[in-house]
Amino acid sequence: MSSSHDPSTIGSALVKRGLADMLRGGVIMDVVNPEQAKIAEDSGAVAVMALERVPSDIRRDGGVARMSDPEMIQAIQAAVTIPVMAKARIGHFAEAQILEALDVDYIDESEVLTPADEENHIDKWGFTVPFVCGATNLGEALRRIGEGACLIRSKGEAGTGNVVEAVRHLRTINAQIRRLQSADANELFALAKDLSAPLPLVQEVSLTGKLPVPLFCAGGISTPADASLVLQLGAEAIFVGSGIFKSDEPERMAKAIVEATTHYRDAAIVAKVSTGLGNAMKGMEIASLEQRLAERGW
Amino acid sequence: MARVGVLALQGDVREHLAMLEGVGADVVAVRSIDELDDVDGLVMPGGESTTIAYLLTTSGLRPVLEKKIEDGLAVFGTCAGLILLAHEILDGRSDQWSFDVLPLSVRRNGYGRQIASFESTVHVKGVGEVPGVFIRAPKIETWSNDLDVLAWHDHGDGEHPVLVRQGNVWGCSFHPELTDDDRVHRLFVDTL
Repeated sequence: MSSSHDPSTIGSALVKRGLADMLRGGVIMDVVNPEQAKIAEDSGAVAVMALERVPSDIRRDGGVARMSDPEMIQAIQAAVTIPVMAKARIGHFAEAQILEALDVDYIDESEVLTPADEENHIDKWGFTVPFVCGATNLGEALRRIGEGACLIRSKGEAGTGNVVEAVRHLRTINAQIRRLQSADANELFALAKDLSAPLPLVQEVSLTGKLPVPLFCAGGISTPADASLVLQLGAEAIFVGSGIFKSDEPERMAKAIVEATTHYRDAAIVAKVSTGLGNAMKGMEIASLEQRLAERGW
Repeated sequence: MARVGVLALQGDVREHLAMLEGVGADVVAVRSIDELDDVDGLVMPGGESTTIAYLLTTSGLRPVLEKKIEDGLAVFGTCAGLILLAHEILDGRSDQWSFDVLPLSVRRNGYGRQIASFESTVHVKGVGEVPGVFIRAPKIETWSNDLDVLAWHDHGDGEHPVLVRQGNVWGCSFHPELTDDDRVHRLFVDTL
């Protein structure tokens, strides 16, 4: 009998982004208690994001939004078998250290919470747990990857139920990637400067035509049709925040969004699962917002 | 040329398609019953087993696939795919079903949560050393003596099988598709 006895390596770039690869084609759902986490798992979620208030409530309540209570995160970890993610404030590496100590599966350094540092994001290379970060454009995405993020989500505008910003950010990232692909090697230095992005990553994207890590979509997705739209625009998986548990029938909406995510190119299936779902969350016009969360982070 | 499907309901489908194409298979992503026609083999990728199980039911693929495996369709499950093929699932959801075609019990996240995910070299019988990427990996805890164990790994608690075969059904705890080494895929495709 042969076997491997090599010392194994934890926290490598491959295993960190590998979990993001496993989540592709799936729906990550915001949940605020174990009951919601179970509904999410029953409905086919690939992971849950444990937080105290969904973004639409954070928006309504105002005040400082922080990392969730560890007790709540642990109760959700105990309730489900799928990965559990949690949010830390931008730049708040101590919250991230706590989340890592709690064994969460992914940390979202998130603009949905109130930033703790207005200049610096967390140095994510030093952590064993992987990080996801939001981005509104390619430069922002590559800066986050340069800091060690293993997964990028387009930011959209969380808590609005309005997909317009998610579409804008996805289209922007994809258009900027296409621009890099068509550039010659001499142009990449100036393009890296324009994007304020690390040159080696700009050169890599120019060659491969895609981000070095998976690209998911977040912020405003609230119907199966929204899911199909952003997947057709190139998102590899989606985060749904307020869209599920602020709808009339959360379980049916969750299941419908999961099926629409798998069969996003099959309009007959998306039509079928969209039928009779009740009201989606109410939603907000972007121009009416007092606070644009996507502007947090830089 | 063997025609190999990759179950494309959720998970790292693209890597498997690329790997299979690289070893000379004709590949197809399978999301519907029609797409399962005419495949000589099927890979069930890594992903979340609860999600894939849910989508196998809603898509109507479950009974069709069950019958095809029984009739001898070659299937290869990696990670979540291994869980779906196992006789028994430990630490799963209480209502989690499986195809029950590999005589073993598997513990979900048996090697730990994401923070414990690891890389280690794995020795595969007849192949040699291959890179093993274990992500929230399922651990085979008990297994039948009849099972053909192609690779073992000792993670400090004794030897556990990590690549197994029983006739037309193959299962793997790790992710050969996430590496540049295509020899495990070649091993599977060569039997088709």
